[in-house]
Amino acid sequence: MDAIAGRKPIVVWALNISVVLLVLLWLFPTLGLFVSSFRTGDQITASGWWSSLFASEQTLQIRAADPDDNRVDLGNGRYMVEGNIFGEEAFGGKMTAWGTSSRNLGANAPGDTADLGDGETFTLNADGTYVWEGDDDQISGRAQRVFVDATTPPDFTLQNYNFVLFDENNSEGMAKAFFNTLTVVIPATIIPILIAAFAAYALAWMDFPGRAILIAIVVGLLVVPLQLALIPLLSLHNAIGIGKGYLGVWLAHTGFGLPLAIYLLRNYMVGLPRDIIENAKVDGATDFQIFTKIILPLSFPALASFAIFQFLWTWNDLLVALVFLIDASGQTTVMTKQIVELLGTRGGDWEILATSAFVSIAVPLAVFFAMQKYLVRGLLAGSVK
Amino acid sequence: MHPALQGLLTIIIGVGGCVGYFYSANLFLDKVLFKPEGPNAGRNINRANMIRPWLFLLPAIIALGLYLAYPVVATLRLSFLERLPGNEFGFVGFENYSKMFAEPKFIEAMKNNVLWLIIVPAAATGFGLLAAQLTDRLSWGNIAKSIVFMPMAISFVGAAVIFKLVYEARPEDVAQIGILNHLYLVFGGAEPQQWLQIPFWNNLFLMVVLIWIQTGFAMVILSAALRGIPEETVEAAIIDGANPFQIFFKIKIPQIMSTIVVVWTTITIATLKVFDIVFAMTNGQWETQVLANYMYDKLFRANDWGMGSAAAMIIMLMVTPILVWNVYNARKEMR
Repeated sequence: MDAIAGRKPIVVWALNISVVLLVLLWLFPTLGLFVSSFRTGDQITASGWWSSLFASEQTLQIRAADPDDNRVDLGNGRYMVEGNIFGEEAFGGKMTAWGTSSRNLGANAPGDTADLGDGETFTLNADGTYVWEGDDDQISGRAQRVFVDATTPPDFTLQNYNFVLFDENNSEGMAKAFFNTLTVVIPATIIPILIAAFAAYALAWMDFPGRAILIAIVVGLLVVPLQLALIPLLSLHNAIGIGKGYLGVWLAHTGFGLPLAIYLLRNYMVGLPRDIIENAKVDGATDFQIFTKIILPLSFPALASFAIFQFLWTWNDLLVALVFLIDASGQTTVMTKQIVELLGTRGGDWEILATSAFVSIAVPLAVFFAMQKYLVRGLLAGSVK
Repeated sequence: MHPALQGLLTIIIGVGGCVGYFYSANLFLDKVLFKPEGPNAGRNINRANMIRPWLFLLPAIIALGLYLAYPVVATLRLSFLERLPGNEFGFVGFENYSKMFAEPKFIEAMKNNVLWLIIVPAAATGFGLLAAQLTDRLSWGNIAKSIVFMPMAISFVGAAVIFKLVYEARPEDVAQIGILNHLYLVFGGAEPQQWLQIPFWNNLFLMVVLIWIQTGFAMVILSAALRGIPEETVEAAIIDGANPFQIFFKIKIPQIMSTIVVVWTTITIATLKVFDIVFAMTNGQWETQVLANYMYDKLFRANDWGMGSAAAMIIMLMVTPILVWNVYNARKEMR
């Protein structure tokens, strides 16, 4: 088609640019969170995440080392402190100017000596080394503050992840919630597949009265909002002694996932070539053998599609976990719930929030990119008719 | 016991139980109940084959019945009852409904939900169609598609955090860390805005989150539909001198209309059930209440099962037309 219509270069350019814009628009929010999770809390509040990707002009407020322990007696009541304003680690940025109070930012060039009055002086070099001189009174108590204008290179850290995942003292850590989520997700993904596969085979390839009605019921149940199920099922779980817990949430996810599973798998199985199944029957295979030896291996793409759906859905779920799993003890909290809690208690601590959220997002994203092919196939089988 | 160990055990018991059930029930049918041998061999085989489908279906029917069909009935019943002290229930007729309709918070939730239902499916389908059409013949189109599709994998709660950062507002004299406020100030805004606290408009900012998530879904399906359009129809239109816009709106859109409807209804259902986004971002404050969150409030905060169930029934009622339409289509197809 392109060949006959031809394409003006300008149209191609406009097309490319608009798609770039679209992609950026879609990527930007996630990127913001991702970048923020590698910055310290101070960095996040000091500047927008987008500026952290490039070297930036910043004013750093630093205090020199405490004078009382470090000062050197020069005689005549004069004292001196020497050191490096940036501490032990080498400073990666480039100092452009500095000042000794917030009113004279950038008043001095690197290497200058600033007069602080009454004979007190402060000398700061570009590499951060400083000499601070004055009398007994001046060189004591709290250390001198310095405001350094510097171009700092992008600076990222893994300390947030360390804190959120591995810090034993962090009661709001994600490690436990991560394992709880995993505990919910794996059985809740595998069990419905098994049940649905048998049911889908029966609905696709076995002949019995009532089959059409059953399929219609499954299609109808596809859209029933699970909100309806909350109270009746919680009462039921309490009545039969399951209460709130993993068993309850596994059963609930199994029930809620079944209609889609049966629907997807049946649609796929119906499309398998009739010859194979009839040949097998003629050769004396039973339905059970046909199912396990022929249908199941051939249906792998559909099984994978549904497994991804169910995995994403159970991993990302909040409502079902809130209702059927998380009790007052909070021992069984899942990641989504943990993040909602953090939004309440640590609403301003973006380094914690961003990192926690990203820990929970990372696994589904990895699955998504690895298995995108099956996800797309499943979507197409489930919706386009 | 450690939950991970417990989980592993459940997988083994659950999966083993399922496999064991299917295998042994099948074996029982063939080897014990209706042996395919002796004088009645033929009759037995037929009988076994009549029972086998139900054997395969039994666990699914139980699970579907218990977890989806029964709750519809039970919720309907609860919506006419009132909880009395001592786990007793009293029949109150439509009182729960009339009380609910008299509540300003419910009216607000209804209004907002209608707004969500109009805007989100339209915007997501529109953007999806645009993305599908634009990326269709691009050399790096698949990468672009992946990125637009990516939010599908992100939880509503994760997306809530992502967009809270986008909407973050800081005092006027310090650096803005939310990109929206940053851009707002760059383009001449007077002062940073608390986007999620401006009534009415905050609803739109919440909807953006769902649109952002659902557009990828719409794009994937519509892109497949666009590729399914017969080339000849487009070629004929080009030869007749149609411009690209005419081709898109007059040739392509009509041919994928049925797919657009499917995408639209699917997103409508997702929108109707939206809970996590509102729960995590505003919890219904500043006039952003929606039905699902209202229902959750009633059920688990106010502990009012009657009104909570009534609210759930309203959601069910709104889904019903789509349900009927889906079933009707599915049956038509099977014939």
